Amino acid sequence: MKILVAVKRVIDYNVQVRVKEDNTGVVTENVKMSTNPPDDNAIEEAVKIKESGKATEVVAVSVGEEKAQETVRKALAVGADRGILIKADGILEPLAVSKLLQKIVEKEKPDLVFMGKQAIDDDCNQTGQMLSALLNWPQATFASKIEIKDKKLEVMREIDEGLETIEINIPAIVTCDLRLNEPRYASLPNIMKAKKKPIEQINASDLGVDTSPRIEQIKVEEPPKRKAGIKVKSVAELVQKLKNEAKVI
Amino acid sequence: MSVLLVAEHNNKELKPFTLNAVTAASQMNTDLHAVIIGNNCGDVAKKLSELPLVKKVIQVEAAHYENFVAENFAPVIVKLAENYSHVVCSANTFGKNLMPRIAASLDTSQVSDIIKVISADTFLRPIYAGNAFATVKSKDPKKCITIRPTSFDPCESSGGSAPIEKAEPSEEFSNTKFVKREEIKSDRPELGTARVVVSGGRGMQSGDNFKLITSVADKLNAAIGASRAAVDAGYISNDHQVGQTGKVVVPDLYIAIGISGAIQHLAGMKESKVIVAINKDGEAPIFSVADYGLEADLFEAVPQFIEELNKLNTIQK
Repeated sequence: MKILVAVKRVIDYNVQVRVKEDNTGVVTENVKMSTNPPDDNAIEEAVKIKESGKATEVVAVSVGEEKAQETVRKALAVGADRGILIKADGILEPLAVSKLLQKIVEKEKPDLVFMGKQAIDDDCNQTGQMLSALLNWPQATFASKIEIKDKKLEVMREIDEGLETIEINIPAIVTCDLRLNEPRYASLPNIMKAKKKPIEQINASDLGVDTSPRIEQIKVEEPPKRKAGIKVKSVAELVQKLKNEAKVI
Repeated sequence: MSVLLVAEHNNKELKPFTLNAVTAASQMNTDLHAVIIGNNCGDVAKKLSELPLVKKVIQVEAAHYENFVAENFAPVIVKLAENYSHVVCSANTFGKNLMPRIAASLDTSQVSDIIKVISADTFLRPIYAGNAFATVKSKDPKKCITIRPTSFDPCESSGGSAPIEKAEPSEEFSNTKFVKREEIKSDRPELGTARVVVSGGRGMQSGDNFKLITSVADKLNAAIGASRAAVDAGYISNDHQVGQTGKVVVPDLYIAIGISGAIQHLAGMKESKVIVAINKDGEAPIFSVADYGLEADLFEAVPQFIEELNKLNTIQK
């Protein structure tokens, strides 16, 4: 079994994002970048499945600028066998990314495609579902537990009401929740080894996909600021304020 | 052309957020139709037809719609979408799972999780966990939009009498099978719509200590929330998680207890009207959004808080 894992390079989750003064986007210069957090869970799960002997190859793929190679390299350092970088500049919408991934799926013919359930930059939560629509494959979104049963997967999904379990036939798409597993850190020897693993580079334009944006970003602004609050000295003062000032209890 | 709203329900009742989605959809175009897909959901179709903003209800029924599998829902909505300019539903786990599957089939770039309708094609949506707001204009001929329910008021729920039309179901998608759903039943208000939310974080130290949160919630008739750290640590189940990848809540009162206030948590609660933080670390980022901050050991402060609430004897209903 072969597993393709899509990973995205995003602003690190600990960075306080700042809006550009000209309102065209957010500041990305000299900002720490890393792998989209749930994509780390997707890689971890694929590598665990390979370690259990149920998969033979894990291929990491990313779409983006040249530097997204670092994100693919990180996936190789935690256990992916080889990488693919689809090079594309500018804003890429999930629809364009899913069409590019579809081309890679047609070429690589994986049995499973894993990715994070949502990217923490654009917060779209679309790519996995779109890819499964384009391929007409089953989708298991927001997965917090995956069990492989022969040619099927049993997946526990996190939903608003609690948990849902579905069974899907392979080939299939799984989008991973942060609770799926505990991603490992890359060890130094594995980081060194990853430098020798191959990363194939493909230009998005060579895949015959129109990636031009369908959504015009008119402006990006700071959200309205909350006015500063106060510190109370005691529980009694807190309750008095909530009752008499805020009038919420 | 008109707007098609996808109703969320459980075959017995409409989910409350459908009413918020109707409000948002009606702001895109007042010629608003609602589709309900399910199994034996006639009563819910009737309730939907009573929403004054809904001009027509389309009811699609089949056994394979019983459990809301997106692979079954998408083809029927894609077919209906021929006659509509917009397809709209809530950006909760139902809509997040379903809408991109519809959008890709329609070759539309979806606009997710909007918080404001500026015009029929222009919307405001938060990005980067709500640290920036983007104004975006969809250039696709058909628009697929998910809305953040807490950013729109629920619509009127009675007085209307829209016609109900039946539509043909699509074939079953045989590669996905529903197995089971484990819903946590509670008499408390729903987290997404509660007037008061009391949340605990890693500072609670154990699942057992969450009974302090429960006691406060009992006094205030509140829903119980949690930070991701508390859910990851196993103190409480995932359906309580508030934040970027959990639920977004906008209650009148949000009480954060033992929550440091990571960016990801603030994304889910910072629009609340009044925020209270109880934390022993005076530097915790939660204090930057709190209207009332109490720097104290929660294990001393929360029992006192419960006692003070008892004195007030104002149990809210």
